[in-house]
Amino acid sequence: MSLLQVNNVSLSFGGIRAIDGVSFSVEPGEVFTIVGPNGAGKSSLFNLISRFYHPAGGAIRFDGEDLLERKPHEVIDAGIARTFQNIELFDHATVLDNLLIGRHSRRQTRWFEDLLFLPRVRREERSHRRAVEEVIDFLELAAYRDRMIQGLPYGVRKVVEIAQALVSQPKLLLLDEPASGLSVEETENMAWWIEDMQKDLGLTIVMVEHDMGLVSQVSDRVLAIAEGRPLAEGSPAEIQAHPEVIRAWLGGVGE
Amino acid sequence: MKPRFRTSYDADIDRFQGRWHRAQYLLLIAVAVAAPWMLGAYYVGELSSVLVWSLAGLGLMLLVGHTGQVSLGHAAFMAIGAFTHLALMLRGWPFLPALIAATLASGISGALLALPILRLSGIYLAIATLALGILVEDLAIIAEPITGGVRGLVAPPIDMFGFTIDRYGTPIAFYYLCLSVVVLVTLAYANLLRSPTGRAFMAVRDSEISARALGVNITRTKTLAFALSCAITGLAGALYAHLAQAVNFESFLVIISIALLLQVIVGGLGSIHGAFFGAVVIVLLPQGIAIGRDLLADVGIRVAAYPGLDMAVFAVIIIVLMILEPRGLYGVWIRVRTWLELFPLYRKGMFKRARSYLKTERLK
Repeated sequence: MSLLQVNNVSLSFGGIRAIDGVSFSVEPGEVFTIVGPNGAGKSSLFNLISRFYHPAGGAIRFDGEDLLERKPHEVIDAGIARTFQNIELFDHATVLDNLLIGRHSRRQTRWFEDLLFLPRVRREERSHRRAVEEVIDFLELAAYRDRMIQGLPYGVRKVVEIAQALVSQPKLLLLDEPASGLSVEETENMAWWIEDMQKDLGLTIVMVEHDMGLVSQVSDRVLAIAEGRPLAEGSPAEIQAHPEVIRAWLGGVGE
Repeated sequence: MKPRFRTSYDADIDRFQGRWHRAQYLLLIAVAVAAPWMLGAYYVGELSSVLVWSLAGLGLMLLVGHTGQVSLGHAAFMAIGAFTHLALMLRGWPFLPALIAATLASGISGALLALPILRLSGIYLAIATLALGILVEDLAIIAEPITGGVRGLVAPPIDMFGFTIDRYGTPIAFYYLCLSVVVLVTLAYANLLRSPTGRAFMAVRDSEISARALGVNITRTKTLAFALSCAITGLAGALYAHLAQAVNFESFLVIISIALLLQVIVGGLGSIHGAFFGAVVIVLLPQGIAIGRDLLADVGIRVAAYPGLDMAVFAVIIIVLMILEPRGLYGVWIRVRTWLELFPLYRKGMFKRARSYLKTERLK
């Protein structure tokens, strides 16, 4: 059964139809990429899955459950973690603290226990830290563990943001333009991380990306959308050769 | 700054990082305990005042410095704490239960007010809390059965464990009372910061959208921060009532709220130290100005006693700090400490702020 099913969703901002009848389903363990020109509604789709926006119509099911019944902060409890196009890390904290915040959905202790720092809180903290260290090892962030976010290079921040999403041990990872603003070399590294996450951690990944090199390297299936409507779905090679897609990107030949 | 060699996760979880760190704070407490025996009664009173304002500052720091929500009406919660405490004591409650009840009352009223107010953010939140501060000024007069109306309430002496504690009769005992409350609250505050709750506060401060994606319930977290903040400030208000011996509607004017906010900004937002540094400045500045005036008079320069001079000097300090060190006195302290630790290797550009990337895609 599909892990994520997006069924005929639509979204309007005032009179503008940002998303209009988009459907797709993501199988467990695959890397599914959404491509499209600027303003096609890719990030809006992500914000729908994160429940930041509520769809005007349609259904989103995750792991056999109606995702639309969850509040935005409860989405991560279902097992969906995400990153942002413009990096939303906590600048005034260290990498370690950022990753510990990523464990928030796994917290068991109540605030008054925290206030007294009962032994249970310490046990919990140790287990959070262990989970965080595993991700630090996995993404090779050990050198940056105690560095403040505001002093880090952009490329490292991108990886830290993925790490922050990973520490919650999600089933599905939403990556919003993981390679935007990265150098060629950093983009290659990003492709390896994505492959590692898919193969070693068994993660399902839904990604929005412009860099077609990265897309064809890591994606199992690609969905192309334009002006909020689906254009085509298929393998990376099929999408790149699809006449509708080429027309949407470059303007039609002979138009 | 200095690399630390850690052999277990507990090294980071522990309150103190290593023996030397703990020794520093034990030394600080020892100095605080020994201080009243070396100072005259007047300065013991001033120290108690520093402690009470530190406590109020800690309350506001939790909200402004760690959760990023501005309040321009926190004196209102000092008032709620003070009047609840005195009203209960005058009705025969013993000191400690009345103090706890006052703390709870301020915390609960904070939580109730937070629900509508925290839907606002930034400048609108500041205006709403300002209105709240003004409202409580009037309520303090209207609610005469509780607050004693225009005349206010006079603080009865404190009877605790067979001792009688009075600000003027036994200033050292009152100082120790304040000190123990402040130490307890500071420990709880530090606990909060190293636990998931404190991290959720900071997440809300730095990026609400990301906090929400990571599973932080924004409304609940803000309400909790407001409640805890108001509880601590209310506790400070109750102690202030004993410090001032009598409170009425004029004790908690909006100017106090503003001074409190300036205190935490000057001290350094987002640090426990900041609340204390700010309190030292705000309490001792008028004294410092008076002493300075006397010194000038001794050398033959006569300066008239300008009313409000302390506020003006305070304002200049704030402007200078905001330009040179936005992290406040705490930032200055960090620089000095690093300079000492690294001597003679300190470099000038060490604390140069890194270029920040533009954040877009905010929900608000």
